[in-house]
Amino acid sequence: MLYREAGDFKTSYVEDSQTFPIKFDRYRYYFVLVFAFAIVPFVINDYWVNAIFMPFLIYSIAAIGLNILVGYCGQVSLGTGGFMAVGAYASYKLMTAFPDVNIFFHIIAAGGITALVGVLFGLPSLRIKGFYLAVATLAAQFFLVWLFNRVSWFYNYSASGQINAPERSVFGVEVTGANTEAWATYLFCLVFTVACAIIARNLTRGAQGRKWMAIRDMDIAAEIIGVDPLKAKLSAFAVSSFFVGIAGALFFAVYLGAVEVGEAFGIQKSFLVLFMVIIGGLGSIFGSFAGAAFLVLLPVLLKNTLVGALGWPTDLAAHLEFMIVGALIIVFLIAEPHGLAQLWRVAKEKLRLWPFPH
Amino acid sequence: MPDQLVFAMEVFLNGLMAGVLYALVALGFVLIYKASGIFNYAQGVMALFAALTLVGIMEGQVPFSHLINAVFGTDVHHFGWHMPALVSILLTMAVMVFLAWAVNKLIFNHLVNQEPIILFMATIGLAYFMEGFGDIMWGADIKKLDVGLPQGINIPIDETTYGWFGYGFFIDNLDIVATVIAAILVVALVIFSQYTKQGRAMRAVADDHQAALSVGISLNFIWVMVWSLAGFVALVAGIMWGTKSGVQFSLSLIALKALPVLMLGGFTSIPGAIVGGLIIGVGEKLFEFSVGPLIGGATENWFAYVLALIFLVFRPQGLFGEKIIERV
Repeated sequence: MLYREAGDFKTSYVEDSQTFPIKFDRYRYYFVLVFAFAIVPFVINDYWVNAIFMPFLIYSIAAIGLNILVGYCGQVSLGTGGFMAVGAYASYKLMTAFPDVNIFFHIIAAGGITALVGVLFGLPSLRIKGFYLAVATLAAQFFLVWLFNRVSWFYNYSASGQINAPERSVFGVEVTGANTEAWATYLFCLVFTVACAIIARNLTRGAQGRKWMAIRDMDIAAEIIGVDPLKAKLSAFAVSSFFVGIAGALFFAVYLGAVEVGEAFGIQKSFLVLFMVIIGGLGSIFGSFAGAAFLVLLPVLLKNTLVGALGWPTDLAAHLEFMIVGALIIVFLIAEPHGLAQLWRVAKEKLRLWPFPH
Repeated sequence: MPDQLVFAMEVFLNGLMAGVLYALVALGFVLIYKASGIFNYAQGVMALFAALTLVGIMEGQVPFSHLINAVFGTDVHHFGWHMPALVSILLTMAVMVFLAWAVNKLIFNHLVNQEPIILFMATIGLAYFMEGFGDIMWGADIKKLDVGLPQGINIPIDETTYGWFGYGFFIDNLDIVATVIAAILVVALVIFSQYTKQGRAMRAVADDHQAALSVGISLNFIWVMVWSLAGFVALVAGIMWGTKSGVQFSLSLIALKALPVLMLGGFTSIPGAIVGGLIIGVGEKLFEFSVGPLIGGATENWFAYVLALIFLVFRPQGLFGEKIIERV
């Protein structure tokens, strides 16, 4: 009834090529934005922000970044954790080296530094493909984690080997450190998430995104029709790493506050973000959000039901979580290789015809 | 002879031995990849699962005891018997064959004709599932595995080298046994694939699925067989690593170490897996010995990957891989 394009006439090219051409879609998008910016900050408390909202927002950025690389450009990467670590350590070094600059710029600069590192580790993608590349990105993962663990310059020679986020504020409101308010950190992350999503959405539906998709579908054919694989692959690595770096910087500075690199950015993190992308849907920005929400909520729900309601020991619940995540990935790959995003698309198709399917 | 050189020789020998263990894991990857084009990330977890099952059967643990205790409030953990090692190994092998059948029946039969990368991700899911499953079934604590393999320093080598250089090399008996077993395993696999009917069928499937199907080879049977073989290799690797450092979660991480071995040797070559394993084993030990102290140590974590990465840039198909021909 509500969800249809009938009667929604476009009279200009701008209207025709907008991000959400269907009116209901557009209103839903505005509604979500208003809800997230104007209502959620007033009703949340520390538990909700730390357990659900902040991980969801930050992982969404990381998943969008990885989705650009894997879903749009077809270059499988297992180095996400390492690149997040680059973002975290870059923001730490910047925050301590230039304490007067606004943290906002530190985090963007950290993304830029991660993009450079990403391009460096993306260079082999010009020679190798598929599994070989996936394994090659593991080199980035292990090497970077080792580097941040062993070279004490990166953690300012602190005795514990940890990095701790100093207290920084935006417009007089503290967003990092020990005395932050739940709504402030939430809003700070939300701004980055929304900005990243808009940038990613517009990049992927423009010329650059089409080049990436051409490379993904068949790189030799893409080269023949005039897509430069060097530029396309390296730009995908750069943009992807930029987002992942921002996610890493936020993860360290705003969410955790103190980080030990092997624990926070190990290989498990790479897989977690990859799973978000797979479950959410390869090649879909909405899918990145859906996947991140799913994998952030699942452990919380499982923990609350198994440990909280049934009284099982925590380690058993943790093992069960492994099994469920693994099984879900297989089920998704079998039933719907395009993930939650595809389910959403199918639902929308159905809605357009509802209630008269013929 | 200068001390450093003698030490380096010892490191070299120990690297060779470690390389054999990497090669054992890599071998399982190659088997499955050749026959079905699936890059089985779960190989390392299969080794862990096999070792866990072996210990569980030997010790007479009750499977899923933690789960049962949590749900029904009971307190069961052991049947109270000890199985002899050989019987337990046979039973574990039966479990691995069943696992091979189940994996093919439940997962890969539904993913026929999917892209290789989808299959790869499915095996990552399988790895997660089996990790949780193994822990729930047998418990997550570190277990000791002892199937009667010799362990400890090899005295004759120690004495001989002492006579030659005035410094006794430390070579673990277990490593020597592992090398011998790996050699036997490889020879047996080669004989199997070259001279038996099923081996020929396996190679035919590896060559061309459809052609193999059209001359009457059952793909399902071959795949179950190959996964069982890989399960067997995983069991052997699990026994070796488990005896060496206990059965624990880190066992599954050796799968990650086997990946650069594969890249170096080529995904499709059995000799490649062995040579790659040896190069990585020796390379990382020597690098840690010579350069490690200068740059902070623990270089073993990444050396193998970076070596493989640099190597691949010059030879993308690996040492023994088939030449990659691309068509549009």
